[in-house]
Amino acid sequence: MIRLEPRLTPSRAMVWGTPALAVLATMIAGGILFAMLGKNPMEAIWTIFVDPILDPYSRDELFVKAAPLVLIAIGLSYGFRAGVWNIGAEGQFIVGAIAGSAVGLAFYGTEAIWLLPLMALAGMVAGTLWAMIPAFLKVRFNANEILVSLMLVYVADQLLRAMVAGPLRNPAGFNFPESRLFHDSAVLPLLQGFPGLTEYTRVHVGVLIALLLVPLAWLLLRKHLLGFNIQVMGSAPRAARFSGVKPAMIIYVCLGLSGAMAGLAGLFEVAGPAGQLVPALPQGYGFTAIIVAFLGRLNPLGILAAGLVMALTYIGGENAQLDLGLPRAAISVFQGMLLFFLLGLDILVRYRVRFGKRGAAQ
Amino acid sequence: MMEVIGLNADVTIQQSLFYILTTLLPIMVIAATPLVLASTGELIVEKSGVLNLGVEGMMVMGAVIGFITAVETGTPVAGFILAAVAGGLLALIFGFLTQVLLSNQVATGLALTLFGLGLAALMGQTYTGIRPPQTARIDIPFVSDAPVLGQMLFSYDWIVYFALALVGAVWWFLNRTRAGLVLRAVGENHDAAHALGYRVIAIRLAAIAFGGACAGMGGAYLSLVRVPQWSEGMTAGIGWIALAIVVFASWKPGRVIIGAWLFGGVTILQLNIQAANLNVLGIAAIVLAVVTIGMIALNLRSMTAKNWIRVAFLGALALLSWAMALTWPAFRLDSAYLSMTPYLMTIVVLVAISGDRTRAALNAPASLGRVFHASS
Repeated sequence: MIRLEPRLTPSRAMVWGTPALAVLATMIAGGILFAMLGKNPMEAIWTIFVDPILDPYSRDELFVKAAPLVLIAIGLSYGFRAGVWNIGAEGQFIVGAIAGSAVGLAFYGTEAIWLLPLMALAGMVAGTLWAMIPAFLKVRFNANEILVSLMLVYVADQLLRAMVAGPLRNPAGFNFPESRLFHDSAVLPLLQGFPGLTEYTRVHVGVLIALLLVPLAWLLLRKHLLGFNIQVMGSAPRAARFSGVKPAMIIYVCLGLSGAMAGLAGLFEVAGPAGQLVPALPQGYGFTAIIVAFLGRLNPLGILAAGLVMALTYIGGENAQLDLGLPRAAISVFQGMLLFFLLGLDILVRYRVRFGKRGAAQ
Repeated sequence: MMEVIGLNADVTIQQSLFYILTTLLPIMVIAATPLVLASTGELIVEKSGVLNLGVEGMMVMGAVIGFITAVETGTPVAGFILAAVAGGLLALIFGFLTQVLLSNQVATGLALTLFGLGLAALMGQTYTGIRPPQTARIDIPFVSDAPVLGQMLFSYDWIVYFALALVGAVWWFLNRTRAGLVLRAVGENHDAAHALGYRVIAIRLAAIAFGGACAGMGGAYLSLVRVPQWSEGMTAGIGWIALAIVVFASWKPGRVIIGAWLFGGVTILQLNIQAANLNVLGIAAIVLAVVTIGMIALNLRSMTAKNWIRVAFLGALALLSWAMALTWPAFRLDSAYLSMTPYLMTIVVLVAISGDRTRAALNAPASLGRVFHASS
């Protein structure tokens, strides 16, 4: 008989051991999946997980992909800790990209150092406001924030289409639904010549900012009263209320923070690798970031590592697509499996698995 | 009146009514059927105290499996059956994780959606751009040929009737059978149900599998009848709207139909306005006027001052948009804004239903989303 015995305190070893185990289990299951698709599993796993680290160009791309994932996931992690489920980060990402682009295009041709900060601010404000819609509806009308924030993803996607077809369309673009290419002052500078990066790197300042935000987010979570209140709200809502924490405030803060981070990530994406506003900008980062947040144990430092692992599957997946003809969708399956394994193995943190009859173990 | 909303002046009201009843209404019912199926399944799941947010993932899996099966075997019925099986199996992954491994239901539901979307895209790669075999309509002699009524009521395929029958069966099961009572007990208080000797986990797993099968069938209806084609991510949020309909229906089976038809209606109306390039201001005025009259008709006996103010406000809005439509007859909205309406409508409906906290709390299963582990 296998049975589960609750642990008195969550196992610390398991808290960090299970994500590694989950990645390992996903590799095995993924290998089986790739074998079923008629690919050599060892070769596919090697292409996805090892080659990008060895190749200097792919290593740079790793950072470019990981930055938005880490930014969004950090924002989401606060809400997930407090039981505020923002599933619509993708929408806040899109709206941030639209608002930032609009500012950049409004000052088209203006060479100024304040333009990029202004665009970043616009992106963050737009993302925050977009996230305030589910927050307000939750606080005022008790509407489920999961469904509202998710519906707003589809609305934001249509808004992006309307914007690139209308107000933000390139006037000299033959009616093609995309914006102008941003001028130099509105594009994030690249970190060329930075130690460890290649000459043709696409790593931009935004990656650096994402990296700097990680320790800040950790300090907010662990050393600030707000972070403490968020954690209490999640683990003991009644206790939090008795100690004077207002649930409405936590909802606003959590959704606002994640909206701001997602909006910033959207701006970095549009002013960084994309360089213009296009309908194909959203690539599901907002959804993948949910996996990143859980894989990183809702802890900013863990999220940094998890973001890199997830970026690895993206970059490695693209390489495997080119080299081995692995279908693109196989990578989404892979990422979905990772979250399944992670959630399933989570039980090892709070429970001990006992074999044999009851009492035999004591 | 016709030129205000952008139609030709020589189109009469009788003609447009005829068009609405014989063409739009049947399409609306067809658009609503996937939602009826998926919401009814999710209703049973939630009544058993489990929140499965993976409806979208199960629907898209059903869509692809149903499509592949129907194309390969040539029989749509086989497609629907296998789609239900696939949805049920996928749901059981969720069931195993949440019921046996006690994982968080919200996170696991999301994982199911992400996984389902990926797996469906992978399986359906080589099936884009083909047409599936046609699902046969049930034609009742004489009745289906009756002028307006025949086309309105008796021109559908068997799944439409099946979905409606399913709603009736679920209502009967929940309210008139002992098993339904046990299911509701498990959803209201799993500890008490466990103490009474009911097998909470087994009952919930069965409910989850049923919900998955319904969602899978709903997905197959999308790819086999509604669209009918397979394309990646074709569910486009319908699974999530199904979740919202369960809330809208206050966990009552009959109201699921009303909710699904409402959303089907909005979707079809919105697509038709896009296609016919109508003046949205005029349409908005008509819709607002209908809502105003509906509110008066529904609350005629209990019109409080507050209600009168609401009705007056809506009526004023209707008049305002009619005046705006008269002022700008050439006003046309980018079709992207129209495509937002089903999603915005979902939000509005959620707000309207959830705002009344006492009623929402009365109907929602008390153990919804809580983890059950028999400690003894």
